[in-house]
Amino acid sequence: MEKKSLNKFLISKKFDTFFNELTNVFRFLGLYFKETFTSPFEWKETVNQCFNVGYKSLSLVTLTGFIIGIVFTKQSRPSLSTFGASSWLPSLISIAIVRALAPLVTSLIAAGKVGSNIGAELGSMKVTEQIDAMEVSATNPFKFLVVTRITATTLMMPILVLYTGLMGMLGAFINIHQNELTSFTAFIKNAFSTISFLDIYSSLFKALCYGFTIGVAGCYQGYTAQNGTQGVGKAANATVVIAMFLIFIEEMLIVQVVNAIR
Amino acid sequence: MKPTETPVIELKNLKKSFGDLAVLEGIDLTLFKGENLAVLGKSGSGKSVLIKIISGLLKPDSGLVKVLGEEVNKITPKELQILRLKIGFSFQNSALYDSMTVRENLAFPLIRTRPEITKKEIDMAIDKVLEDVGLSNTINQMPSELSGGQKKRIGIARTVILNPEIMLYDEPTSGLDPITCLDINDLILQVQQEYQTTSIIITHDLTCAKMTANRVTMISEGKFLKTGSFEELFAMDNQDIRSFYNYNFTHEK
Repeated sequence: MEKKSLNKFLISKKFDTFFNELTNVFRFLGLYFKETFTSPFEWKETVNQCFNVGYKSLSLVTLTGFIIGIVFTKQSRPSLSTFGASSWLPSLISIAIVRALAPLVTSLIAAGKVGSNIGAELGSMKVTEQIDAMEVSATNPFKFLVVTRITATTLMMPILVLYTGLMGMLGAFINIHQNELTSFTAFIKNAFSTISFLDIYSSLFKALCYGFTIGVAGCYQGYTAQNGTQGVGKAANATVVIAMFLIFIEEMLIVQVVNAIR
Repeated sequence: MKPTETPVIELKNLKKSFGDLAVLEGIDLTLFKGENLAVLGKSGSGKSVLIKIISGLLKPDSGLVKVLGEEVNKITPKELQILRLKIGFSFQNSALYDSMTVRENLAFPLIRTRPEITKKEIDMAIDKVLEDVGLSNTINQMPSELSGGQKKRIGIARTVILNPEIMLYDEPTSGLDPITCLDINDLILQVQQEYQTTSIIITHDLTCAKMTANRVTMISEGKFLKTGSFEELFAMDNQDIRSFYNYNFTHEK
């Protein structure tokens, strides 16, 4: 009996913690929107963060995008060849890359690279009182650190997704050209014949959502980090786990909506 | 600089608790312009909480907190930002920005608070404060390349670069060797002389308190035991004060 009531207590405590955390996240989001649209605006720092998020992720997404293009083409070829439909490869690859692979893979990489970086950086600043130091020197740390980073991840993700898509298509073209001797013009014509504007817009919309999610997860975990260096590691780790989990949930929801529109 | 009769910081019945843990349970204090007050106390007694409340980093549960005539917990965020330009806060672990060089650390508060300032003026201000703290040669170094004492000095330089009227020092000598502690104590006095500041020094180092403060007090069970000169405080017949004195001068020294 005692064990049962203890379990009940622990479960209700977990619910309490969960809902408290959820309230704090919504407060954090509210503050983000308030600070984003009130002056002074941190243009210079936002550009600086866009550079950090975008430029510094380029090499990784270039390689990943290119490899995905090649691997997906190689893996799809045998199935299509069975039906003598290898010529459909460009359109199949382009649909897969534009609709799903580019936004999903880019954002998962960004969650790992950019998200954990933001979580660890802000977490470290928090536990070493650097955020407090900023506040007492009359700087709004939320605006300077959080708003700029979330805005940067949100703005840069669509650009990174487009770029990853292009790299994926390049990888696919090289593989198809080697095997089927398809010309570049024929590849492009075939690839883009099946892609609609809705595919591109929905992909960019997904990228915006994923970028925002990564920024919020990283900044929230870092900005609220506690308990010294252990807290910093926890913030970086939680950022990646939460961001990836939310990205998959968002992917599922957005796909449902886009399919309903289509 | 001699203390005047102008109150700079006034605290009345200040209370602060974290959950069920009451940390400050009725702090009263009037600090006059030019005074250096050392606040002693055990770890976890609420010393740092006190100066965080004064600088507006923490909100008190109740009580009056008046700094330079402004009620810290009643002013708007914008007014608080303006007030903070007059308050320098030296953190326990220096809190230098890891990703910036010493120059960038020192330039940061100037660029943020005085957008009209020229590069030449920034360079001049940086050169001056670095000279004041005796670390001109570290200007291009990263915080990770500095020793503990150097970090403390740069942390103090970063606060005095804005010419504050009040300095709040959180454990300025903690974790330092005795010689560097003496250097930091000298620096606190030098800052007071040169920048005409009023200071609160949070410490558990009695040498620091004796060297730098006009008045000394001790927090015990959320309250100040007594505020007076070093000799007056340690002449009190109080168990906490005696054990604090004995520990410092028989164990640490």
